Amino acid sequence: MATFSEYIAQNEERDGVRFSWNVWPSSRLEATRMVVPVASLLTPLKERTDLPPIQYEPVLCSRATCRAVLNPLCQVDYRAKLWACNFCYQRNQFPPSYAGISEVNQPAELLPHFSTIEYVVQRGPQMPLVFLYLVDTCMEDEDLQALKESLQMSLSLLPPTALVGLITFGRMVQVHELGCEGISKSYVFRGTKDLNAKQLQEMLGLTKSSGAQGRGPQTPQQPLSNRFLQPVQKIDMNLTDLLSELQRDPWPVTQGKRPLRSLGVAMSIAVGLLECTFSNTGARIMTFIGGPATQGPGMVVGDELKTPIRSWHDIEKDNAKFMKKATKHFEALANRASTNGHIIDIYACALDQTGLLEMKCCPNYTGGYMVMADSFNTSLFKQTFQRVFTKDVQGSFKMAFAATLEVKTSREIKVCGAIGPCVSLSTKGPCVSENEIGTGGTCQWKICGLDPSTTLALYFEVVNQHNAPIPQGGRGAIQFVTQYQHSSGQRRIRVTTTARNWADAQTQIQTIAASFDQEAAAILMARLAVYRAETEEGPDVLRWLDRQLIRLFMFHLRRSPFLQVFNNSPDESSYYRHHFNRQDLTQALIMIQPVLYAYSFNGPPEPVLLDSSSILPDRILLMDTFFQIVIYHGETVAQWRKAGYQDMPEYENFKHLLQAPVDDAQELLHTRFPMPRYIDTEHGGSQARFLLSKVNPSQTHNNMYAWGQESGAPILTDDVSLQVFMDHLKKLAVSSAA
Amino acid sequence: MNVNQHTPMASPYGQPQPGYGQPNYAPLDGGYPASYAPYNGPASAYQPGVPPQGYSFTSFPSKAVAANPASDLSSSLDLGSARGPPTSAPPPVSAPQQYNQYSHSPADMQNGPPPMTQAPPRPAGSQPYGLGGGQPSYPQHYAPPPTMQQVTNQMGGMQLTSGPPTPAGLGYAPPHSSQPPISTSYQSAPQPSFTQAPPPASSAPTQPPPPNAPAASQQYYRGPPPPPQPPFNSALPPTSQQQFLSSAPPPPSQQTFPPSFSSSIPPPSCAPAPPVSQSQQPFSTPQPHFSSAPPPVSQPGFPSGPPPPAQGSFPPQPTPSSSQPGSVPPPGPPPTSVTSGQYPTPIQHQQQPPDSQPSPYHSGPPPPRFQMPPTVNHLPPGPQSPPGPQGPLQQPPSPQTGYPPQQNGAFGQTRSPQAGYPGPYPVQPNYGAPAPAPAPAAPAQKRLDPDAIPSPQAPDMPAVQKSRHRIDPDAIPSPIQVIEDDKAKTNEPFVTGVRGQAPPLVTTSFHVRDQGNASPRFVRCTAYNMPCTADMAKQSQVPLAAVIKPLATLPPDENPPYMVDHGEGGPIRCNRCKAYMCPYMQFIEGGRRFQCSFCNCVTDVPPHYFQHLDHTGKRVDCYDRPELSLGSYEFLATVDYCKNNKLPQPPAFIFLIDVSYNAVKSGMVSIVCHELKSLLDHLPRENPEVDSVVRVGFVTYNKVLHFYNVKASLAQPQMLVVSDVSDMFVPLLDGFLVNVNESRQVIESLLDQIPEMFADTRETETVFGPVIQAGLEALKAADCAGKLFVFHTSLPIAEAPGKLKNREDKKLIGTDKEKSLFQPQVGFYNNLAKECVAQGCCVDLFLFPNQYVDVATLGVVPVSTGGSVYKYTYFQAQTDQERFLNDLRRDLQKHVGFDAVMRVRTSTGIRATDFFGSFYMSNTTDVELAGLDCDKAITVEFKHDDKLSEETGALMQCAVLYTSCSGQRRLRIHNMAVNCCSQLADLYRNCETDTIINYFSKYAFRGVLSNPTKAVRDTLVNQCAQILACYRKNCASPSSAGQLILPECMKLLPVYLNCVLKSDVLLPGADVSLDDRAYLKQLISCMDVADTHVFFYPRLLPVMKLESGSLPVAVRNSEERLSKGGVYLMETGLHLFLWVGASVQQELLLNLFGTPSFSQIDSSMINLPVLDNPFSQRLREIIDSFRAQRSRYMKLVVVKQEDRTELIFRHFLVEDKSASGGASYVDFLCHMHKEIRQLLS
Repeated sequence: MATFSEYIAQNEERDGVRFSWNVWPSSRLEATRMVVPVASLLTPLKERTDLPPIQYEPVLCSRATCRAVLNPLCQVDYRAKLWACNFCYQRNQFPPSYAGISEVNQPAELLPHFSTIEYVVQRGPQMPLVFLYLVDTCMEDEDLQALKESLQMSLSLLPPTALVGLITFGRMVQVHELGCEGISKSYVFRGTKDLNAKQLQEMLGLTKSSGAQGRGPQTPQQPLSNRFLQPVQKIDMNLTDLLSELQRDPWPVTQGKRPLRSLGVAMSIAVGLLECTFSNTGARIMTFIGGPATQGPGMVVGDELKTPIRSWHDIEKDNAKFMKKATKHFEALANRASTNGHIIDIYACALDQTGLLEMKCCPNYTGGYMVMADSFNTSLFKQTFQRVFTKDVQGSFKMAFAATLEVKTSREIKVCGAIGPCVSLSTKGPCVSENEIGTGGTCQWKICGLDPSTTLALYFEVVNQHNAPIPQGGRGAIQFVTQYQHSSGQRRIRVTTTARNWADAQTQIQTIAASFDQEAAAILMARLAVYRAETEEGPDVLRWLDRQLIRLFMFHLRRSPFLQVFNNSPDESSYYRHHFNRQDLTQALIMIQPVLYAYSFNGPPEPVLLDSSSILPDRILLMDTFFQIVIYHGETVAQWRKAGYQDMPEYENFKHLLQAPVDDAQELLHTRFPMPRYIDTEHGGSQARFLLSKVNPSQTHNNMYAWGQESGAPILTDDVSLQVFMDHLKKLAVSSAA
Repeated sequence: MNVNQHTPMASPYGQPQPGYGQPNYAPLDGGYPASYAPYNGPASAYQPGVPPQGYSFTSFPSKAVAANPASDLSSSLDLGSARGPPTSAPPPVSAPQQYNQYSHSPADMQNGPPPMTQAPPRPAGSQPYGLGGGQPSYPQHYAPPPTMQQVTNQMGGMQLTSGPPTPAGLGYAPPHSSQPPISTSYQSAPQPSFTQAPPPASSAPTQPPPPNAPAASQQYYRGPPPPPQPPFNSALPPTSQQQFLSSAPPPPSQQTFPPSFSSSIPPPSCAPAPPVSQSQQPFSTPQPHFSSAPPPVSQPGFPSGPPPPAQGSFPPQPTPSSSQPGSVPPPGPPPTSVTSGQYPTPIQHQQQPPDSQPSPYHSGPPPPRFQMPPTVNHLPPGPQSPPGPQGPLQQPPSPQTGYPPQQNGAFGQTRSPQAGYPGPYPVQPNYGAPAPAPAPAAPAQKRLDPDAIPSPQAPDMPAVQKSRHRIDPDAIPSPIQVIEDDKAKTNEPFVTGVRGQAPPLVTTSFHVRDQGNASPRFVRCTAYNMPCTADMAKQSQVPLAAVIKPLATLPPDENPPYMVDHGEGGPIRCNRCKAYMCPYMQFIEGGRRFQCSFCNCVTDVPPHYFQHLDHTGKRVDCYDRPELSLGSYEFLATVDYCKNNKLPQPPAFIFLIDVSYNAVKSGMVSIVCHELKSLLDHLPRENPEVDSVVRVGFVTYNKVLHFYNVKASLAQPQMLVVSDVSDMFVPLLDGFLVNVNESRQVIESLLDQIPEMFADTRETETVFGPVIQAGLEALKAADCAGKLFVFHTSLPIAEAPGKLKNREDKKLIGTDKEKSLFQPQVGFYNNLAKECVAQGCCVDLFLFPNQYVDVATLGVVPVSTGGSVYKYTYFQAQTDQERFLNDLRRDLQKHVGFDAVMRVRTSTGIRATDFFGSFYMSNTTDVELAGLDCDKAITVEFKHDDKLSEETGALMQCAVLYTSCSGQRRLRIHNMAVNCCSQLADLYRNCETDTIINYFSKYAFRGVLSNPTKAVRDTLVNQCAQILACYRKNCASPSSAGQLILPECMKLLPVYLNCVLKSDVLLPGADVSLDDRAYLKQLISCMDVADTHVFFYPRLLPVMKLESGSLPVAVRNSEERLSKGGVYLMETGLHLFLWVGASVQQELLLNLFGTPSFSQIDSSMINLPVLDNPFSQRLREIIDSFRAQRSRYMKLVVVKQEDRTELIFRHFLVEDKSASGGASYVDFLCHMHKEIRQLLS
């Protein structure tokens, strides 16, 4: 076991890959019996400081249907200067540049520890990064001011060559022309009318560039900038001024009405603008919204305040009249954007819902961020937004653009699909399974936006027939080829080739069982569950999940906002699911089963059970749910604090005790993206609900007496406790076994 | 002419009596006879002198002449008579003569205005008039005393004659000489005169010898008078004599004329007869006399009228009298004939007439003064002459019976209005009342019949004559004459209190005192005496219409309408018809209730409005309340009168500027932007002390629209581009419409930058529909009314709603499809207009086209929203800038109301059925005007739906609900009451030709939308012919069909109508673009009477000699009137020409242009050089004052004789044949006569 966990850790460290099974059953039949499919979590851009990019291009298998990249698993005939593709067994000639190859002079890609390797494509122009701000102006002045400051700040973080654009919207949509002297210009569109790219192009007067295309080789340079998207260095001041003059949407909002917010059209215009100018170039549409779309395509709620925005209840009752249309609108936009390799981020700051449910596919399909906060004037938003522009040691953004992920498999195994912030490129190939899981039916996916933590779940299917045994010692190989645009503008290709042993389930079931990666499997199944929850009816998913292998995580998963919509708004659900679907394993685990630390005078901080019994009066609890970080002061501690003991020199230890979780929380806050909501509460505090809703209700108002009063706090809930759940589960397991 | 006249004369003569009278009389016929009669009296006196000759000679020749003239038109009386002798000329002459006669009659009519003269003249003028004339004279005599005095007051001249009346003889005497004779003639006086007249006639014949008189051929006509002259001289020793003497010195005839003028004319002549008319009048008068006299009619007439004293004798006399007239005419002709043949002389006469006329005028004026004296003189003469006594006698007795008719006739002729706003009316009623009137009328007609007799002859003659001879333009009714006459007689304020009183002409400047009816500056009617029944109206074909200019600017010395606030309940109105409180409301039951005079419904007076009544039933506070004592006033509207029951916001002005390549290149953009900077300080405001509350917004556009945010808080304006033109919207609200003062800096910065920003534009395509939509949406968003100023250059061919294609196709012109060119190309703009109106969005369009822009379509919205279209074809900054900027300034600053609804309520019996102008109507009663400015007039047509009563007359109340430029909701009320008549003659006496033309032009210009232009022209001609034929048939004495008899107040109808027919819209020349036509068409649609008048009949002033303080007398619009050595200024309301003759004196050129040489005059100059000499200063002053009078700035074009530009200039010489085939005045008159005759037969 130890070896396996080490192996797993090592693999993850090197390749950013974790498989649910690290030894694969050798036939379809056996694989099916395993319940948890062979699947992997892949973090394509896992940070590898020790991985220098190679300044040449990969060598590809010459078979048209394969095109696998030369990798350490390939057999190489150094004398004949040939290599055999380990996927299709095609024998290939090394290209002339490999003439000097020999056993002692191997290219990096043949070295075993370079199972993951990154190439830099030298061809093609260096594409600039494009950032298009899409700013809602229907918000309170305070919020708008904060937002404007954040935006201005962000300008200083952008590389000088990056192109920026600004679209503002309220009742109307304004596309600002940048870099004009004197009078500032903007193109205005009404917020109720959707436009296709061609119309938009004409209306923005961008058709001339197409006319210029006939002129010659310089054509590609032409669209590098236009009136609406200009290099930061050129219009820095101008844009700063423009932003500072940005006014609240001037259209009057009568009492009892919501401001008219044309989000749908605005986003459509943003997508269209990039579509007709920077197709297939990395671009980021950063959408800042202060409320729901209230008019035009994509509207999620009417402008009458008396009609509240849809709730899960409405959705179940089929009472959300705008939802379907809006969803369709945003889906279409997401597809357009992803086709062109553009990212859509959504930063929604409002106390009420903003329609993330309808818009979720925009970030989900394009790899964009979804950030939800109460106000633009919170550190939650400000820090998160700032963190978007985090740079790595080389000074490049930790973000990649317009990536495609291609999966190549050995013959015995095929890929069923992917779950994560990606869209299918609908590329049929020999390694595509007919059985779809998640986004399937293809061996290539587009991931418009990637960061080092972006993680996809890939599901495979063993297709080897039971009667066609795999020779002993055979290994199944999977190659992940990720082409992307680095934030430096370079085109890069990262190739990860992994291989796992085959095992006959009948004879080597122990081995297989030992190779099971519980955490990965939990997350993989959870993703699958969430995916289903998103696409199917809620209760059915739970039932489906219950029928599957259930372990500890499943208890929390069942209670998590990823599957439970109770007590969450549709927007929140979408938000949580979005992050769940893109974060790496560790973070995903935290999301499912929050981490709880206890601080007390009794000893150093210790992790405790996520159970109501852990809530004790003399403890300070620090809970990290990924989205929230809660510091909970027990009853006694809270009283002490209220009494001000921490300010007295003689109780300095108490002060330290109070400070300890805060420091830890700060550390978490600084590394997490998006920044979690930081909650400092105490026993009886209203915010304590965040904690209480997560812990296992081992004590409730129903059974607290039965459990005695020695510890813990009762949770007022009808949910079953883990104990009950487990009891029930055991019963089920036995009966099903029978 | 002469010939014609002669011929007719002859025939009549022949038939009736010797010929003398006939010919001469024929012309004189109707009224004349009567007048003659009186004249006769004088004539008799005169006779002594001239008679014998006249009789023999004149009678025959004159007859011949007369016959001809009569046949032609008539009465070519004057001409006829004058030329009569020449007979040879007859045919042609006749026509002209006829005209002349008509004109004369009209002239008389005009003269008539001054009661005295009118009466005579009218009668003289047209036979019909003759009747009328008779009446006037009667009135003078009869009712005269009181009325007469009034009349006299008004029309001194007339009165004078009237004065004479008392001494019938006297009256006659004067009449004799002038038309008065007619009236007098009717009276006893005539008879005597006739008898005497014969002598004059004879004298006339003799005149030939006297040819000297010829000089005053007209006078000769009066010539008949000449005979009188002698009498006058004798009789009138005093003033008249003097006059005579003075005049006499030259040519005896002249003397006679003058005398006639002085004597008869003094009253009439002075005011009425002025120049041409005078001459004509005299002639006419004589003729009538003759005709009447000669024909049996005169006898019959006399019997009735004359019977008293001299009838018996008169009958004979009549002939003589006729002969006299005849003689007189002969005299006129004779002179000519004698010398170089009658024709020439006539011509001379004609020419002379003018000259003489002036002199007459001069003399005239004095006469008025003298009037009294003259009258005295007359009186003496009267008495002296047998008629005198008879006259008086007759007057009392006969007048009642026979006279009345005559009087009626006379009135008709005279235009009761003129006769006497004061006098006439009272008189008329009397007449009317006296059933006798009608009866008498018949007799009068009978008398006329005799005239008719000549006509038969005439008919034969006329055609030939026409074809053969050119009619003397001086012999036909002259607009200038009429205008000058009216000016001369208007020297007192026009008081509106009297019902049915026609105001002075639009060309006359006068002061108005509102005493219960709206000022003519607000409302002008085609007829101030409406027919009581639909049948009458239909029969006469006279359009019943009013031209209403609700927000007209008043001169500084007249008070604008007072504001009335009835408190929270709003204006007090009739419960049923909702008419607003006005002076016509009758308070009853001690003031507790009032009865609506429109619908007769009784409504309670609200307690807060209660007031006691005085013993006459008037409210005690009647004169404290404008709504009870004035014709025009305003109510403060309450919230109930506002859209959505919300008090309106102040309006907004939005400037939408085309910035396409053409616009930038022509300089328009920079000019507009530069000008707006200063212009924005002059936005309309009601209180000059306070800043305007009007907000402004700016948009530029080519294929897309650029809105500007000019919020005060911004450092720089922001441009918002809307390229989604297919579905226009306003991109911003706050910051788009701003207060000028608050945002001044931003606005100035914007206006500075716009020209720069688009300086390099390559965009040539424009949109138009979306531009208006944008403005509309902006106003909608701001929830206010307002005005859009659109500066546009080209056909909107860019892809957008309202896109147009070039459809100008010259081949369609003249075909049935031509109308389609006037119709909007697409329906889009109609719908847009509707929306604009609903929002109160008025659109003013400034066009700067270089090619076809389809004004017909682009103009739809401006026209439907009460806006204006300005067009500057081939705009060039250098030459057109001034015109454009002045137009813009005026348009921006002028008084304007928004979101207006106009409703015209009328008393039971008539109904407003049709409306013409710039507005939109969503139902049949409410005229909706998004904007209504002080230059916009609306023509309203009325139709009968029941009977009207003569007692109550017809009332109309025009209520305009509008939002003032300060955002106040108001109601402006104009009340108008007119008389009703059961006699057609009354109708014809109270018409206003200028207003009728206004109606006709609008009616016709709208007609081109649905009918071929040819059909429209024909319709116009037809209706006009019917009007005149109806008059001829029912009101004029039944003279020869060959006579053209025009009602006095419509004698200019043909000339004006011809101008309408020749306008570019109805008869385009080859160089007139479709755009120009559409432009004019819409321009006319909202013109008021003054505008249409000068537009159709431009003002042409000789400016060789200028006096400070007064303008030179205009000349007629004909090339013949231009002298090579002269300089003329012409204004058309749209253009201003300075025509410089080729042989102008150097000194003049130096004074004017600062250059001594004709060839060095730069014809491209747009302003006269500023030279420091009185002449230059004065001329520039005049030009400036002209420009100030018109709502559009007139660019000055210097036209050098023989220069290329003269072609354009000639286009406006509307009495001449036009290059596009329009008939000359003379030709058209002939044509019209033919039409009338066809109708009559």
